[in-house]
Amino acid sequence: MNSETALEVRELVKHFKQVKAVNGLSFDVKTGTCFGLLGPNGAGKSTTIEMCEGLLTPTSGSIRYRGEPLGPRYRERVGIQFQSTALQDHLTVIENLRFFGRLYPVRRPLDELITLCRLEDFLDRDSRKLSGGQRQRLLLAIALVNDPELLFLDEPTTGLDPQARRNFWDLVRDIKAAGRTIVLTTHYMEEAYLLCDEIVIVDNGRIIARGVPSQLLAEHFNDSVLEVPAAEAPKLAGSSLAGTPKGDTLEIQTPDVNAAVAALLAAGVSLALLRIRPRTLEDLFIELTGRGLRE
Amino acid sequence: MKASLRRIAAAAWARSLEFVRDRSSLGWNLVFPILMVIGLAFVFSGPGQPLFKVAVIAPAEAKLDASLHPFLDTPQVQFYREDSRDAALPKVQRHRIDLLIDFTATPPAYWVNEQSPKGALLERLIAGSGGNTLQRLVTTGKSIRYVDWVAPGVLGMNMMFACLFGIGYVIVRYRKNGYLKRLNATPLRAFEFLLAQLLSRLALILVVNVLVFGACRLLLGLRMEGSYLDLLVVVTLGAFSMIAMGLVVSARLASEELAGGILNVISTPMMVVCGVFFSMDGAPRALQIAADFFPLTHLLNAARAIMLDGTGLAQLGYPLGAMALMSVVFLGLGAVLFKWRQD
Repeated sequence: MNSETALEVRELVKHFKQVKAVNGLSFDVKTGTCFGLLGPNGAGKSTTIEMCEGLLTPTSGSIRYRGEPLGPRYRERVGIQFQSTALQDHLTVIENLRFFGRLYPVRRPLDELITLCRLEDFLDRDSRKLSGGQRQRLLLAIALVNDPELLFLDEPTTGLDPQARRNFWDLVRDIKAAGRTIVLTTHYMEEAYLLCDEIVIVDNGRIIARGVPSQLLAEHFNDSVLEVPAAEAPKLAGSSLAGTPKGDTLEIQTPDVNAAVAALLAAGVSLALLRIRPRTLEDLFIELTGRGLRE
Repeated sequence: MKASLRRIAAAAWARSLEFVRDRSSLGWNLVFPILMVIGLAFVFSGPGQPLFKVAVIAPAEAKLDASLHPFLDTPQVQFYREDSRDAALPKVQRHRIDLLIDFTATPPAYWVNEQSPKGALLERLIAGSGGNTLQRLVTTGKSIRYVDWVAPGVLGMNMMFACLFGIGYVIVRYRKNGYLKRLNATPLRAFEFLLAQLLSRLALILVVNVLVFGACRLLLGLRMEGSYLDLLVVVTLGAFSMIAMGLVVSARLASEELAGGILNVISTPMMVVCGVFFSMDGAPRALQIAADFFPLTHLLNAARAIMLDGTGLAQLGYPLGAMALMSVVFLGLGAVLFKWRQD
């Protein structure tokens, strides 16, 4: 390991009775980066992140934080936002922050935390009466209450509306800009693409791809996708273009977009509903795992 | 150590805020026991109580049946043997039993408490039984009303429910909704968390019960012979041991239904064998031994001794020691068995 490595995971294995949830994972998380852990449901993401958080003991393998095994003080130095967490009833936002703050020896000043997570407008509200986005911001603030060097975010935007999700991404970028290390699991490939410096894709307890998102895409794909309505498919019968139907849409993969558009025009396909998009992590994900994220 | 205390205080404070702000359950905790005591005072103030309990002092070779006196053949009455008049007479005075008959006295006699409606009924049954006339003697010394005897039982029973269910349900709910998992990700330790829950619950139960006790004393003129401080010590220790008992039940469960079932299985026998409504005098020996394993038994024995007889703490070593021992055992067991998350 080098001095820039925050978390070093080697040959991590976790068995639950008969199930091998995690089967020999190794990866490094570099200090000051956002590291994405992606995979379909049941792939072993949550088990992996909980072992990295120090909440689950691995069956075998090692996890080191800054070169040291995770010791009893590890919990004081990391921040965790769980996928879903209940808070105590009848406590306001500010009371929750104060309570969690008192559990740690080192605390970030509350006003700083409130500004960072944009909690000003609902500080005195009962935490049960928050909207989804407000609640996630409070949970993020609780995860940051001890000013952690390393922050774990386990599917932090699941269930949020697009607006709230974008706001949350801005917060994560601010935290990253302040030099903190982030480990993120998510269902949203767009989220991983926008936030993560490096990702690993996990399936059946093993890593099936790793790298910088843009480089990963460049390695696996040299084409773009043209989407036309599926109803136009018969017109393509005589042309050189072939596509795969996806619901109401026909997807045509091509390395040469100009030539493909010309071929569509020649075949008499209406371009009114044509969509041209680059390859995404979602394409990569489905190609690698052979299934959708939410299966 | 200092950090540990700070964490305990923070968790206890947060839990107390939650309880105090839950107005409906706070109100229920205050009003219910008072209603219960008043209700019982009415119910037991008139005749109609079906169970009669009569202590009999007789020569060892004599059987407690009609051969001794036809009255002993009365089916609705439970007769049991007592050895000494000194031990049995206070029970008549304190409504623990309804009548005492001494066949070893000359002439044979019975003692009755003139404030006992059940005693009065039994006297008529004796008169109508047709046996040898027994001399009627009225107990001397202060006799007490049934409500004075039963009120500590009802308050103690109510406290038992508040202790067991109050702590049990809350921790199981926290585990079920993932809040415990969140706390586990902080430096808060299991023992600190449990102690915080226990102290918060204890403080609230004490405040509530001081208010309820005050209200009952005002409304019913409850008898109080001993020291309030002694009573507070006994009640604190009793509540502590019963909350610790709740901790054991809630150490691993993540289902409120299952927790409720188990708590009922524990609290129902406590209601029956710990002497809440009726004294355990004359009950089968096995039941009396079983009762000794429940903290409520010792709480009620000690509280009644203080309230009715003015006994001091120095004479209550046995119940105090039993409650202290149970507190330590239950708390240790609860901490060892405790799990933050459901499996």
